[in-house]
Amino acid sequence: MSTDAILSFEEAMEKYDPVLGFEVHVELNTKTKMFSSAPNVFGDEPNTNVNEVDLGMPGVLPVVNKTAVESSIKIGLALNCKIAESCRFARKNYFYPDTPKNFQTSQYDEPIAYDGYLDIELSDGTVFRVEIERAHMEEDAGKLTHMGGATGRIQGADYSLVDYNRSGVPLVEIVTKPIEGAGSRAPELAKAYVAAVREIVKNLGVSDAKMERGNVRCDANVSLRPHGRERFGIRSETKNVNSLRAVEHAVRYEIQRHAAVLDSGEPVIQETRHWHEDTRTTTSGRAKSDADDYRYFPEPDLVPVLASREWVEELRATLPEPPAARRKRLQADWGYSDLEFRDVVNAGVMDSIEETITAGASASVARKWWMGEIVGRAKTADVDPSELGVTPETIVELNKLVEGGKINNKMASQVLDGVLAGEGTPAEIVGKRGLAVVSDDGPLLEAIDAALAAQPDVAEKIRGGKLQAIGAIVGGVMKATRGQADAGRVKQLILERLGVEG
Amino acid sequence: MAAINRDDVAHLARLAHIEMSAEELDRMAGELAVIVDSVKSVSEAAGDDVPATSHPIPLNNVFREDVVGHTFTAEQALSGAPDSFEGRFKVPAILDED
Repeated sequence: MSTDAILSFEEAMEKYDPVLGFEVHVELNTKTKMFSSAPNVFGDEPNTNVNEVDLGMPGVLPVVNKTAVESSIKIGLALNCKIAESCRFARKNYFYPDTPKNFQTSQYDEPIAYDGYLDIELSDGTVFRVEIERAHMEEDAGKLTHMGGATGRIQGADYSLVDYNRSGVPLVEIVTKPIEGAGSRAPELAKAYVAAVREIVKNLGVSDAKMERGNVRCDANVSLRPHGRERFGIRSETKNVNSLRAVEHAVRYEIQRHAAVLDSGEPVIQETRHWHEDTRTTTSGRAKSDADDYRYFPEPDLVPVLASREWVEELRATLPEPPAARRKRLQADWGYSDLEFRDVVNAGVMDSIEETITAGASASVARKWWMGEIVGRAKTADVDPSELGVTPETIVELNKLVEGGKINNKMASQVLDGVLAGEGTPAEIVGKRGLAVVSDDGPLLEAIDAALAAQPDVAEKIRGGKLQAIGAIVGGVMKATRGQADAGRVKQLILERLGVEG
Repeated sequence: MAAINRDDVAHLARLAHIEMSAEELDRMAGELAVIVDSVKSVSEAAGDDVPATSHPIPLNNVFREDVVGHTFTAEQALSGAPDSFEGRFKVPAILDED
Protein backbone atom coordinates (compact mmCIF):
# COMPACT_ATOMS: atom_id res chain seq x y z
CA MET A 1 0.00 0.00 0.00
CA SER A 2 1.56 3.29 -1.04
CA THR A 3 1.80 6.12 1.44
CA ASP A 4 0.44 9.47 0.43
CA ALA A 5 2.54 12.59 0.77
CA ILE A 6 1.30 15.07 3.35
CA LEU A 7 2.17 18.62 4.34
CA SER A 8 2.46 19.68 7.94
CA PHE A 9 -0.88 20.90 9.27
CA GLU A 10 0.56 24.37 9.87
CA GLU A 11 1.81 24.68 6.29
CA ALA A 12 -1.49 23.38 4.92
CA MET A 13 -3.31 26.05 6.94
CA GLU A 14 -0.98 28.77 5.74
CA LYS A 15 -1.75 27.97 2.12
CA TYR A 16 -5.31 26.69 2.11
CA ASP A 17 -8.76 27.21 3.58
CA PRO A 18 -10.62 23.99 4.49
CA VAL A 19 -14.32 23.40 3.80
CA LEU A 20 -16.00 20.55 5.65
CA GLY A 21 -19.23 18.61 5.35
CA PHE A 22 -20.59 15.74 7.42
CA GLU A 23 -23.05 12.94 6.98
CA VAL A 24 -23.84 11.44 10.35
CA HIS A 25 -25.91 8.26 10.49
CA VAL A 26 -27.83 7.69 13.70
CA GLU A 27 -29.32 4.26 14.44
CA LEU A 28 -32.58 4.64 16.30
CA ASN A 29 -33.26 2.47 19.35
CA THR A 30 -36.80 1.50 18.43
CA LYS A 31 -37.91 -1.98 19.44
CA THR A 32 -38.44 -2.99 15.83
CA LYS A 33 -37.07 -2.17 12.42
CA MET A 34 -37.97 0.68 10.11
CA PHE A 35 -40.22 -1.31 7.80
CA SER A 36 -40.63 -4.70 9.49
CA SER A 37 -41.67 -5.97 12.91
CA ALA A 38 -38.42 -7.90 13.42
CA PRO A 39 -36.54 -6.84 16.56
CA ASN A 40 -33.90 -4.13 16.45
CA VAL A 41 -31.32 -5.71 18.75
CA PHE A 42 -27.54 -5.55 18.63
CA GLY A 43 -25.31 -8.56 19.08
CA ASP A 44 -27.72 -11.47 18.62
CA GLU A 45 -26.97 -14.63 16.67
CA PRO A 46 -26.59 -13.83 12.95
CA ASN A 47 -29.76 -13.84 10.83
CA THR A 48 -32.14 -14.41 13.72
CA ASN A 49 -33.62 -10.88 13.89
CA VAL A 50 -35.00 -11.04 10.37
CA ASN A 51 -38.21 -11.82 8.63
CA GLU A 52 -39.33 -11.81 5.01
CA VAL A 53 -39.27 -8.02 4.72
CA ASP A 54 -35.67 -7.70 5.91
CA LEU A 55 -34.59 -10.45 3.54
CA GLY A 56 -36.23 -8.70 0.60
CA MET A 57 -38.36 -11.63 -0.43
CA PRO A 58 -40.60 -11.21 -3.45
CA GLY A 59 -44.05 -9.81 -2.86
CA VAL A 60 -43.52 -8.55 0.68
CA LEU A 61 -44.69 -5.11 1.76
CA PRO A 62 -42.88 -2.72 4.09
CA VAL A 63 -44.88 -0.86 6.76
CA VAL A 64 -43.43 2.27 8.39
CA ASN A 65 -42.61 2.20 12.10
CA LYS A 66 -44.53 5.09 13.69
CA THR A 67 -42.12 5.43 16.60
CA ALA A 68 -39.20 5.73 14.17
CA VAL A 69 -41.00 8.59 12.40
CA GLU A 70 -41.59 10.31 15.74
CA SER A 71 -37.94 9.86 16.72
CA SER A 72 -36.91 11.33 13.36
CA ILE A 73 -39.13 14.36 13.90
CA LYS A 74 -37.65 14.82 17.39
CA ILE A 75 -34.14 14.74 15.95
CA GLY A 76 -35.18 17.28 13.32
CA LEU A 77 -36.63 19.58 15.97
CA ALA A 78 -33.54 19.24 18.20
CA LEU A 79 -31.44 20.27 15.19
CA ASN A 80 -33.61 23.37 14.73
CA CYS A 81 -34.95 22.00 11.44
CA LYS A 82 -38.21 22.61 9.68
CA ILE A 83 -40.36 19.49 9.59
CA ALA A 84 -41.85 18.69 6.20
CA GLU A 85 -45.65 18.75 6.13
CA SER A 86 -45.43 15.96 3.61
CA CYS A 87 -42.55 13.69 2.69
CA ARG A 88 -42.04 10.34 1.05
CA PHE A 89 -39.62 7.45 0.72
CA ALA A 90 -37.50 6.61 -2.30
CA ARG A 91 -35.54 3.63 -3.55
CA LYS A 92 -31.79 4.02 -3.83
CA ASN A 93 -30.77 1.34 -6.29
CA TYR A 94 -27.45 -0.47 -6.11
CA PHE A 95 -26.12 -4.00 -6.25
CA TYR A 96 -24.22 -5.09 -3.19
CA PRO A 97 -24.82 -8.00 -0.85
CA ASP A 98 -25.37 -5.76 2.19
CA THR A 99 -28.91 -5.29 0.92
CA PRO A 100 -30.84 -8.31 -0.27
CA LYS A 101 -33.37 -6.10 -2.09
CA ASN A 102 -30.84 -4.44 -4.41
CA PHE A 103 -32.09 -1.11 -3.15
CA GLN A 104 -32.08 0.78 0.11
CA THR A 105 -35.33 2.41 1.15
CA SER A 106 -34.39 6.00 1.91
CA GLN A 107 -35.62 9.54 1.32
CA TYR A 108 -34.36 11.57 -1.60
CA ASP A 109 -36.08 14.74 -2.74
CA GLU A 110 -38.40 14.99 0.26
CA PRO A 111 -36.56 14.57 3.57
CA ILE A 112 -38.62 14.72 6.75
CA ALA A 113 -36.48 17.53 8.23
CA TYR A 114 -34.51 20.31 6.55
CA ASP A 115 -32.91 23.75 7.02
CA GLY A 116 -31.64 23.51 10.57
CA TYR A 117 -28.55 24.48 12.49
CA LEU A 118 -26.51 23.50 15.49
CA ASP A 119 -24.40 25.88 17.55
CA ILE A 120 -21.16 24.12 18.44
CA GLU A 121 -19.11 25.34 21.36
CA LEU A 122 -15.37 24.82 20.94
CA SER A 123 -13.02 24.19 23.86
CA ASP A 124 -12.19 27.87 24.37
CA GLY A 125 -15.85 28.86 24.36
CA THR A 126 -16.01 30.01 20.73
CA VAL A 127 -19.44 29.23 19.29
CA PHE A 128 -19.51 28.03 15.69
CA ARG A 129 -22.80 27.60 13.84
CA VAL A 130 -23.08 24.52 11.64
CA GLU A 131 -25.97 24.67 9.17
CA ILE A 132 -27.97 21.48 8.71
CA GLU A 133 -29.09 20.77 5.16
CA ARG A 134 -31.42 17.90 5.95
CA ALA A 135 -32.15 14.91 8.15
CA HIS A 136 -33.83 11.99 6.43
CA MET A 137 -35.15 8.56 7.32
CA GLU A 138 -33.73 5.37 5.89
CA GLU A 139 -32.80 1.82 6.82
CA ASP A 140 -29.46 0.33 7.75
CA ALA A 141 -27.82 -2.38 5.64
CA GLY A 142 -26.65 -5.85 6.62
CA LYS A 143 -23.20 -6.52 8.01
CA LEU A 144 -20.53 -8.04 5.77
CA THR A 145 -17.50 -9.87 7.08
CA HIS A 146 -14.77 -10.38 4.51
CA MET A 147 -13.09 -13.75 4.89
CA GLY A 148 -9.69 -14.93 3.73
CA GLY A 149 -6.99 -12.66 2.43
CA ALA A 150 -4.38 -11.27 4.74
CA THR A 151 -5.94 -8.16 6.19
CA GLY A 152 -9.62 -8.89 6.70
CA ARG A 153 -10.29 -6.03 4.34
CA ILE A 154 -12.13 -6.52 1.12
CA GLN A 155 -8.98 -6.43 -1.00
CA GLY A 156 -7.80 -10.00 -1.32
CA ALA A 157 -10.84 -11.50 0.42
CA ASP A 158 -11.92 -14.91 -0.80
CA TYR A 159 -15.58 -14.52 0.11
CA SER A 160 -17.86 -12.54 2.36
CA LEU A 161 -20.37 -13.60 5.01
CA VAL A 162 -23.57 -11.63 5.47
CA ASP A 163 -25.64 -11.12 8.60
CA TYR A 164 -28.93 -9.30 7.93
CA ASN A 165 -29.79 -8.62 11.58
CA ARG A 166 -28.85 -4.96 11.06
CA SER A 167 -30.72 -4.83 7.77
CA GLY A 168 -33.72 -2.55 8.17
CA VAL A 169 -32.66 -0.95 11.47
CA PRO A 170 -34.07 2.61 11.41
CA LEU A 171 -31.50 5.26 10.53
CA VAL A 172 -31.62 9.02 10.43
CA GLU A 173 -28.96 10.54 8.21
CA ILE A 174 -28.04 14.11 9.14
CA VAL A 175 -26.35 16.11 6.38
CA THR A 176 -24.68 19.46 6.96
CA LYS A 177 -24.34 22.28 4.49
CA PRO A 178 -20.73 23.04 3.50
CA ILE A 179 -18.97 24.36 6.61
CA GLU A 180 -16.75 27.33 5.79
CA GLY A 181 -14.56 29.51 7.94
CA ALA A 182 -13.40 26.93 10.48
CA GLY A 183 -9.77 27.42 9.44
CA SER A 184 -7.24 25.65 11.64
CA ARG A 185 -10.01 24.69 14.05
CA ALA A 186 -11.56 22.40 11.44
CA PRO A 187 -10.41 19.15 13.09
CA GLU A 188 -11.60 20.33 16.51
CA LEU A 189 -14.91 21.50 15.06
CA ALA A 190 -15.38 18.14 13.33
CA LYS A 191 -15.01 16.29 16.61
CA ALA A 192 -17.18 18.77 18.51
CA TYR A 193 -19.94 18.58 15.90
CA VAL A 194 -20.18 14.80 15.96
CA ALA A 195 -19.99 14.87 19.77
CA ALA A 196 -22.88 17.37 19.83
CA VAL A 197 -25.05 15.25 17.52
CA ARG A 198 -24.30 12.17 19.59
CA GLU A 199 -25.16 13.99 22.80
CA ILE A 200 -28.41 15.30 21.33
CA VAL A 201 -29.72 11.94 20.14
CA LYS A 202 -28.71 10.36 23.44
CA ASN A 203 -30.42 13.12 25.40
CA LEU A 204 -33.55 12.68 23.27
CA GLY A 205 -33.51 8.99 24.14
CA VAL A 206 -33.97 8.05 20.48
CA SER A 207 -30.62 6.27 20.06
CA ASP A 208 -28.26 4.31 22.28
CA ALA A 209 -25.62 6.58 20.69
CA LYS A 210 -22.75 4.14 21.24
CA MET A 211 -20.20 4.92 18.58
CA GLU A 212 -18.26 1.72 19.27
CA ARG A 213 -21.39 -0.21 18.26
CA GLY A 214 -21.95 1.88 15.16
CA ASN A 215 -25.05 3.62 16.56
CA VAL A 216 -23.53 6.92 15.39
CA ARG A 217 -21.35 6.83 12.29
CA CYS A 218 -19.72 9.71 10.49
CA ASP A 219 -18.68 10.27 6.89
CA ALA A 220 -16.40 13.32 6.73
CA ASN A 221 -16.07 15.44 3.60
CA VAL A 222 -13.01 17.64 3.26
CA SER A 223 -11.90 20.01 0.51
CA LEU A 224 -9.32 22.77 0.35
CA ARG A 225 -9.22 26.01 -1.60
CA PRO A 226 -6.57 28.72 -1.71
CA HIS A 227 -7.27 31.53 0.75
CA GLY A 228 -9.55 34.12 -0.77
CA ARG A 229 -11.12 31.88 -3.37
CA GLU A 230 -14.85 31.39 -3.17
CA ARG A 231 -15.23 28.27 -5.29
CA PHE A 232 -14.86 25.02 -3.35
CA GLY A 233 -12.07 22.61 -4.12
CA ILE A 234 -12.67 18.97 -4.99
CA ARG A 235 -13.63 16.93 -1.97
CA SER A 236 -12.88 13.52 -0.60
CA GLU A 237 -15.31 11.60 1.56
CA THR A 238 -13.80 9.58 4.38
CA LYS A 239 -16.23 6.83 5.32
CA ASN A 240 -17.13 5.29 8.65
CA VAL A 241 -15.02 7.33 10.97
CA ASN A 242 -16.43 5.83 14.09
CA SER A 243 -14.95 7.48 17.14
CA LEU A 244 -14.81 11.11 18.15
CA ARG A 245 -11.03 11.05 18.20
CA ALA A 246 -10.92 9.45 14.77
CA VAL A 247 -13.15 12.20 13.33
CA GLU A 248 -10.66 14.81 14.47
CA HIS A 249 -7.69 12.85 13.20
CA ALA A 250 -9.28 11.97 9.85
CA VAL A 251 -10.15 15.59 9.06
CA ARG A 252 -6.67 16.70 10.05
CA TYR A 253 -5.04 14.00 7.93
CA GLU A 254 -7.18 14.71 4.86
CA ILE A 255 -6.38 18.44 5.10
CA GLN A 256 -2.69 17.58 5.14
CA ARG A 257 -3.03 15.11 2.26
CA HIS A 258 -5.10 17.44 0.07
CA ALA A 259 -2.58 20.23 0.65
CA ALA A 260 0.26 18.02 -0.57
CA VAL A 261 -1.73 16.99 -3.66
CA LEU A 262 -2.59 20.61 -4.50
CA ASP A 263 1.02 21.69 -3.88
CA SER A 264 2.25 19.13 -6.38
CA GLY A 265 0.03 20.75 -9.01
CA GLU A 266 -2.20 17.68 -9.34
CA PRO A 267 -5.97 17.90 -8.96
CA VAL A 268 -7.53 16.21 -5.94
CA ILE A 269 -9.48 13.14 -7.02
CA GLN A 270 -13.09 13.08 -5.91
CA GLU A 271 -13.24 9.74 -4.16
CA THR A 272 -14.17 7.74 -1.12
CA ARG A 273 -11.38 7.30 1.42
CA HIS A 274 -11.14 4.62 4.09
CA TRP A 275 -9.93 5.55 7.57
CA HIS A 276 -7.38 3.31 9.27
CA GLU A 277 -7.21 3.77 13.00
CA ASP A 278 -3.92 1.84 13.31
CA THR A 279 -1.91 4.13 11.04
CA ARG A 280 -4.16 7.19 11.38
CA THR A 281 -4.21 7.56 7.62
CA THR A 282 -6.75 7.14 4.83
CA THR A 283 -6.47 5.06 1.71
CA SER A 284 -8.29 5.37 -1.56
CA GLY A 285 -11.62 3.57 -1.81
CA ARG A 286 -13.12 3.92 -5.20
CA ALA A 287 -13.42 6.92 -7.41
CA LYS A 288 -16.90 8.40 -7.70
CA SER A 289 -18.25 6.78 -10.80
CA ASP A 290 -21.23 5.10 -12.38
CA ALA A 291 -21.65 3.14 -9.18
CA ASP A 292 -23.02 6.32 -7.60
CA ASP A 293 -25.79 6.57 -10.17
CA TYR A 294 -28.45 5.34 -7.78
CA ARG A 295 -31.48 5.99 -9.99
CA TYR A 296 -33.65 7.11 -7.11
CA PHE A 297 -37.38 6.88 -7.65
CA PRO A 298 -40.36 7.20 -5.30
CA GLU A 299 -40.97 4.01 -3.30
CA PRO A 300 -44.20 2.61 -4.76
CA ASP A 301 -44.86 0.35 -1.75
CA LEU A 302 -45.05 3.19 0.79
CA VAL A 303 -47.47 6.09 1.01
CA PRO A 304 -46.46 9.64 1.97
CA VAL A 305 -45.86 10.66 5.59
CA LEU A 306 -47.82 13.76 6.58
CA ALA A 307 -46.63 15.50 9.72
CA SER A 308 -49.52 17.68 10.88
CA ARG A 309 -48.50 20.79 12.81
CA GLU A 310 -50.41 19.45 15.82
CA TRP A 311 -48.38 16.25 15.79
CA VAL A 312 -45.11 18.17 15.45
CA GLU A 313 -46.02 20.45 18.35
CA GLU A 314 -47.01 17.49 20.50
CA LEU A 315 -43.60 16.00 19.88
CA ARG A 316 -41.85 19.32 20.45
CA ALA A 317 -43.51 19.52 23.87
CA THR A 318 -41.86 16.22 24.85
CA LEU A 319 -38.31 17.34 24.02
CA PRO A 320 -35.93 17.42 26.99
CA GLU A 321 -33.86 20.52 27.75
CA PRO A 322 -31.09 20.68 25.10
CA PRO A 323 -27.70 19.59 26.48
CA ALA A 324 -26.01 22.92 25.76
CA ALA A 325 -28.78 24.91 27.49
CA ARG A 326 -28.68 22.55 30.44
CA ARG A 327 -24.94 23.07 30.84
CA LYS A 328 -25.41 26.86 30.80
CA ARG A 329 -28.12 26.65 33.44
CA LEU A 330 -26.14 24.34 35.72
CA GLN A 331 -22.99 26.46 35.50
CA ALA A 332 -24.97 29.56 36.47
CA ASP A 333 -26.75 27.74 39.30
CA TRP A 334 -23.54 26.33 40.72
CA GLY A 335 -21.45 29.47 40.31
CA TYR A 336 -18.49 27.63 38.75
CA SER A 337 -15.97 29.56 36.66
CA ASP A 338 -15.76 28.68 32.95
CA LEU A 339 -12.58 26.75 33.58
CA GLU A 340 -13.97 24.86 36.57
CA PHE A 341 -17.11 23.95 34.67
CA ARG A 342 -15.24 22.82 31.57
CA ASP A 343 -13.07 20.55 33.72
CA VAL A 344 -16.19 19.11 35.30
CA VAL A 345 -17.74 18.41 31.88
CA ASN A 346 -14.55 16.93 30.47
CA ALA A 347 -14.17 14.68 33.51
CA GLY A 348 -17.70 13.38 32.87
CA VAL A 349 -18.97 14.16 36.38
CA MET A 350 -21.57 16.85 35.62
CA ASP A 351 -24.53 14.53 36.19
CA SER A 352 -22.97 13.11 39.34
CA ILE A 353 -22.40 16.59 40.76
CA GLU A 354 -25.98 17.52 39.97
CA GLU A 355 -27.25 14.44 41.85
CA THR A 356 -24.94 15.17 44.77
CA ILE A 357 -26.22 18.72 45.05
CA THR A 358 -29.78 17.42 44.89
CA ALA A 359 -28.88 15.05 47.74
CA GLY A 360 -27.96 18.05 49.89
CA ALA A 361 -24.31 18.98 49.25
CA SER A 362 -23.25 22.50 48.31
CA ALA A 363 -21.98 23.09 44.76
CA SER A 364 -18.41 23.61 45.95
CA VAL A 365 -18.40 20.52 48.17
CA ALA A 366 -19.79 18.37 45.35
CA ARG A 367 -17.13 19.64 42.98
CA LYS A 368 -14.33 19.16 45.50
CA TRP A 369 -15.19 15.50 45.98
CA TRP A 370 -15.93 14.53 42.39
CA MET A 371 -13.01 16.40 40.85
CA GLY A 372 -10.59 15.37 43.61
CA GLU A 373 -10.81 12.05 45.40
CA ILE A 374 -13.26 10.39 43.01
CA VAL A 375 -11.78 11.34 39.64
CA GLY A 376 -8.37 10.28 40.94
CA ARG A 377 -9.64 6.88 42.04
CA ALA A 378 -11.57 6.41 38.77
CA LYS A 379 -8.40 7.06 36.80
CA THR A 380 -6.50 4.47 38.80
CA ALA A 381 -9.31 1.95 38.36
CA ASP A 382 -9.71 2.92 34.68
CA VAL A 383 -13.49 3.37 34.91
CA ASP A 384 -15.81 6.32 34.50
CA PRO A 385 -16.11 8.32 37.74
CA SER A 386 -19.86 7.66 37.79
CA GLU A 387 -19.21 3.91 37.63
CA LEU A 388 -16.92 3.82 40.64
CA GLY A 389 -19.82 3.18 42.99
CA VAL A 390 -19.81 6.43 44.96
CA THR A 391 -23.37 7.55 45.72
CA PRO A 392 -24.40 11.17 46.28
CA GLU A 393 -25.51 10.15 49.79
CA THR A 394 -22.01 8.92 50.64
CA ILE A 395 -20.56 12.30 49.77
CA VAL A 396 -23.17 14.19 51.74
CA GLU A 397 -22.47 12.02 54.79
CA LEU A 398 -18.69 12.28 54.43
CA ASN A 399 -18.95 16.02 54.20
CA LYS A 400 -21.11 16.19 57.31
CA LEU A 401 -18.48 14.22 59.23
CA VAL A 402 -15.76 16.62 58.04
CA GLU A 403 -17.73 19.77 58.73
CA GLY A 404 -18.78 18.47 62.14
CA GLY A 405 -15.11 18.08 63.03
CA LYS A 406 -15.47 14.30 63.46
CA ILE A 407 -12.87 13.52 60.82
CA ASN A 408 -10.40 15.56 58.80
CA ASN A 409 -9.92 15.47 55.03
CA LYS A 410 -7.19 12.91 55.17
CA MET A 411 -9.40 10.56 57.18
CA ALA A 412 -12.31 11.26 54.85
CA SER A 413 -10.23 9.86 52.04
CA GLN A 414 -9.65 6.69 54.06
CA VAL A 415 -13.34 6.48 54.87
CA LEU A 416 -14.11 6.72 51.16
CA ASP A 417 -11.72 3.81 50.57
CA GLY A 418 -13.71 1.91 53.15
CA VAL A 419 -17.02 2.70 51.48
CA LEU A 420 -15.70 1.52 48.11
CA ALA A 421 -14.37 -1.64 49.77
CA GLY A 422 -17.90 -2.34 50.99
CA GLU A 423 -17.13 -1.87 54.69
CA GLY A 424 -20.36 0.03 55.35
CA THR A 425 -21.57 3.61 55.64
CA PRO A 426 -19.09 6.42 56.36
CA ALA A 427 -20.19 6.64 60.01
CA GLU A 428 -19.76 2.90 60.49
CA ILE A 429 -16.30 3.00 58.93
CA VAL A 430 -15.19 5.85 61.17
CA GLY A 431 -16.06 3.63 64.12
CA LYS A 432 -14.59 0.42 62.72
CA ARG A 433 -11.32 1.95 61.58
CA GLY A 434 -10.94 4.15 64.64
CA LEU A 435 -10.57 7.24 62.54
CA ALA A 436 -12.14 9.90 64.79
CA VAL A 437 -10.25 13.15 65.10
CA VAL A 438 -8.42 13.70 68.40
CA SER A 439 -10.56 16.45 69.82
CA ASP A 440 -9.51 16.18 73.45
CA ASP A 441 -7.25 19.19 73.94
CA GLY A 442 -5.02 17.39 76.47
CA PRO A 443 -3.05 15.18 74.10
CA LEU A 444 -3.09 17.99 71.52
CA LEU A 445 -1.51 20.48 73.92
CA GLU A 446 1.14 17.93 74.82
CA ALA A 447 2.01 17.53 71.17
CA ILE A 448 1.97 21.28 70.62
CA ASP A 449 4.32 21.93 73.49
CA ALA A 450 6.66 19.29 72.18
CA ALA A 451 6.58 20.79 68.69
CA LEU A 452 7.21 24.31 69.98
CA ALA A 453 10.09 23.08 72.12
CA ALA A 454 11.60 21.30 69.14
CA GLN A 455 11.49 24.42 66.95
CA PRO A 456 12.15 27.40 69.26
CA ASP A 457 13.14 29.67 66.35
CA VAL A 458 9.81 29.07 64.67
CA ALA A 459 7.97 29.72 67.92
CA GLU A 460 9.85 33.00 68.20
CA LYS A 461 8.84 34.02 64.66
CA ILE A 462 5.19 33.38 65.43
CA ARG A 463 5.42 35.38 68.60
CA GLY A 464 6.93 38.18 66.48
CA GLY A 465 3.79 38.16 64.29
CA LYS A 466 4.97 35.97 61.40
CA LEU A 467 1.84 33.87 61.41
CA GLN A 468 2.65 32.03 58.17
CA ALA A 469 5.38 30.17 60.06
CA ILE A 470 2.71 28.32 62.01
CA GLY A 471 2.53 25.63 59.31
CA ALA A 472 5.77 24.05 60.56
CA ILE A 473 4.36 23.63 64.05
CA VAL A 474 1.00 22.34 62.79
CA GLY A 475 2.92 19.84 60.65
CA GLY A 476 4.83 18.63 63.68
CA VAL A 477 1.62 18.15 65.65
CA MET A 478 -0.11 16.29 62.81
CA LYS A 479 2.87 13.97 62.54
CA ALA A 480 2.86 13.30 66.26
CA THR A 481 -0.85 12.52 66.24
CA ARG A 482 -0.60 10.45 63.04
CA GLY A 483 -2.86 12.83 61.22
CA GLN A 484 -5.71 12.32 63.65
CA ALA A 485 -5.91 15.93 64.74
CA ASP A 486 -8.18 18.67 63.50
CA ALA A 487 -5.74 21.09 61.88
CA GLY A 488 -7.98 24.08 62.52
CA ARG A 489 -8.21 23.34 66.23
CA VAL A 490 -4.42 22.76 66.40
CA LYS A 491 -3.78 26.17 64.85
CA GLN A 492 -6.10 27.83 67.31
CA LEU A 493 -4.42 26.14 70.29
CA ILE A 494 -0.90 27.08 69.11
CA LEU A 495 -1.87 30.74 68.91
CA GLU A 496 -3.46 30.60 72.37
CA ARG A 497 -0.33 28.89 73.75
CA LEU A 498 1.91 31.62 72.34
CA GLY A 499 -0.48 34.38 73.32
CA VAL A 500 -0.80 35.65 69.77
CA GLU A 501 -4.01 37.03 68.27
CA GLY A 502 -5.00 34.89 65.24
CA MET B 1 -37.79 11.89 -30.43
CA ALA B 2 -35.93 11.38 -27.12
CA ALA B 3 -32.19 11.15 -27.52
CA ILE B 4 -31.13 7.73 -26.17
CA ASN B 5 -27.89 6.64 -27.71
CA ARG B 6 -26.03 3.37 -27.57
CA ASP B 7 -23.76 4.61 -24.74
CA ASP B 8 -26.78 5.45 -22.60
CA VAL B 9 -28.10 1.95 -23.04
CA ALA B 10 -24.72 0.43 -22.25
CA HIS B 11 -24.53 2.57 -19.11
CA LEU B 12 -28.00 1.50 -17.96
CA ALA B 13 -27.23 -2.12 -18.71
CA ARG B 14 -24.13 -1.95 -16.53
CA LEU B 15 -26.03 -0.30 -13.66
CA ALA B 16 -28.72 -2.96 -13.88
CA HIS B 17 -26.14 -5.76 -14.18
CA ILE B 18 -27.63 -6.93 -17.50
CA GLU B 19 -25.30 -8.39 -20.06
CA MET B 20 -26.19 -7.17 -23.56
CA SER B 21 -24.71 -8.01 -26.96
CA ALA B 22 -23.69 -5.38 -29.50
CA GLU B 23 -26.85 -6.04 -31.52
CA GLU B 24 -29.04 -5.74 -28.46
CA LEU B 25 -27.48 -2.41 -27.54
CA ASP B 26 -28.13 -1.07 -31.02
CA ARG B 27 -31.71 -2.29 -31.08
CA MET B 28 -32.53 -1.07 -27.54
CA ALA B 29 -31.19 2.41 -28.26
CA GLY B 30 -33.96 2.85 -30.83
CA GLU B 31 -36.65 1.07 -28.80
CA LEU B 32 -35.94 2.90 -25.55
CA ALA B 33 -36.28 6.25 -27.30
CA VAL B 34 -39.76 5.28 -28.42
CA ILE B 35 -40.69 4.07 -24.93
CA VAL B 36 -39.47 7.30 -23.33
CA ASP B 37 -41.49 9.31 -25.83
CA SER B 38 -44.59 7.27 -25.07
CA VAL B 39 -44.24 7.84 -21.34
CA LYS B 40 -43.67 11.52 -21.98
CA SER B 41 -47.14 11.81 -23.49
CA VAL B 42 -48.53 11.38 -19.95
CA SER B 43 -47.18 14.79 -18.98
CA GLU B 44 -48.96 16.28 -21.99
CA ALA B 45 -52.27 14.81 -20.82
CA ALA B 46 -51.94 16.21 -17.28
CA GLY B 47 -52.80 19.87 -17.02
CA ASP B 48 -51.52 22.37 -14.44
CA ASP B 49 -54.42 21.45 -12.17
CA VAL B 50 -53.17 17.88 -11.75
CA PRO B 51 -50.57 17.66 -8.97
CA ALA B 52 -47.56 15.44 -9.41
CA THR B 53 -48.15 12.10 -7.77
CA SER B 54 -45.96 9.13 -6.92
CA HIS B 55 -48.78 6.97 -5.66
CA PRO B 56 -52.13 6.13 -7.21
CA ILE B 57 -54.00 5.60 -3.92
CA PRO B 58 -54.85 8.70 -1.86
CA LEU B 59 -53.53 7.30 1.40
CA ASN B 60 -50.99 8.62 3.84
CA ASN B 61 -49.54 7.84 7.27
CA VAL B 62 -49.95 4.10 7.08
CA PHE B 63 -48.00 3.19 10.18
CA ARG B 64 -47.20 0.19 12.31
CA GLU B 65 -46.88 0.37 16.11
CA ASP B 66 -43.38 -0.40 17.38
CA VAL B 67 -44.20 -3.90 18.59
CA VAL B 68 -42.02 -6.93 17.90
CA GLY B 69 -43.58 -9.49 15.57
CA HIS B 70 -42.38 -12.71 14.02
CA THR B 71 -38.85 -13.61 12.99
CA PHE B 72 -37.19 -16.46 11.15
CA THR B 73 -34.67 -18.81 12.66
CA ALA B 74 -31.25 -18.64 11.02
CA GLU B 75 -32.02 -21.99 9.36
CA GLN B 76 -35.24 -20.61 7.87
CA ALA B 77 -33.53 -17.40 6.79
CA LEU B 78 -30.79 -19.36 5.03
CA SER B 79 -33.04 -22.04 3.55
CA GLY B 80 -33.06 -20.42 0.13
CA ALA B 81 -29.45 -19.28 0.13
CA PRO B 82 -27.20 -20.71 -2.60
CA ASP B 83 -24.41 -20.95 -0.01
CA SER B 84 -24.01 -20.30 3.69
CA PHE B 85 -21.49 -20.65 6.51
CA GLU B 86 -21.99 -20.55 10.27
CA GLY B 87 -25.44 -19.02 10.15
CA ARG B 88 -24.56 -16.43 7.56
CA PHE B 89 -25.06 -15.99 3.85
CA LYS B 90 -21.90 -16.72 1.93
CA VAL B 91 -21.31 -14.54 -1.12
CA PRO B 92 -18.42 -14.15 -3.54
CA ALA B 93 -15.89 -11.48 -2.65
CA ILE B 94 -16.84 -8.35 -4.50
CA LEU B 95 -13.92 -6.24 -5.53
CA ASP B 96 -13.82 -2.72 -6.89
CA GLU B 97 -16.65 -1.66 -4.63
CA ASP B 98 -16.73 -0.82 -0.96
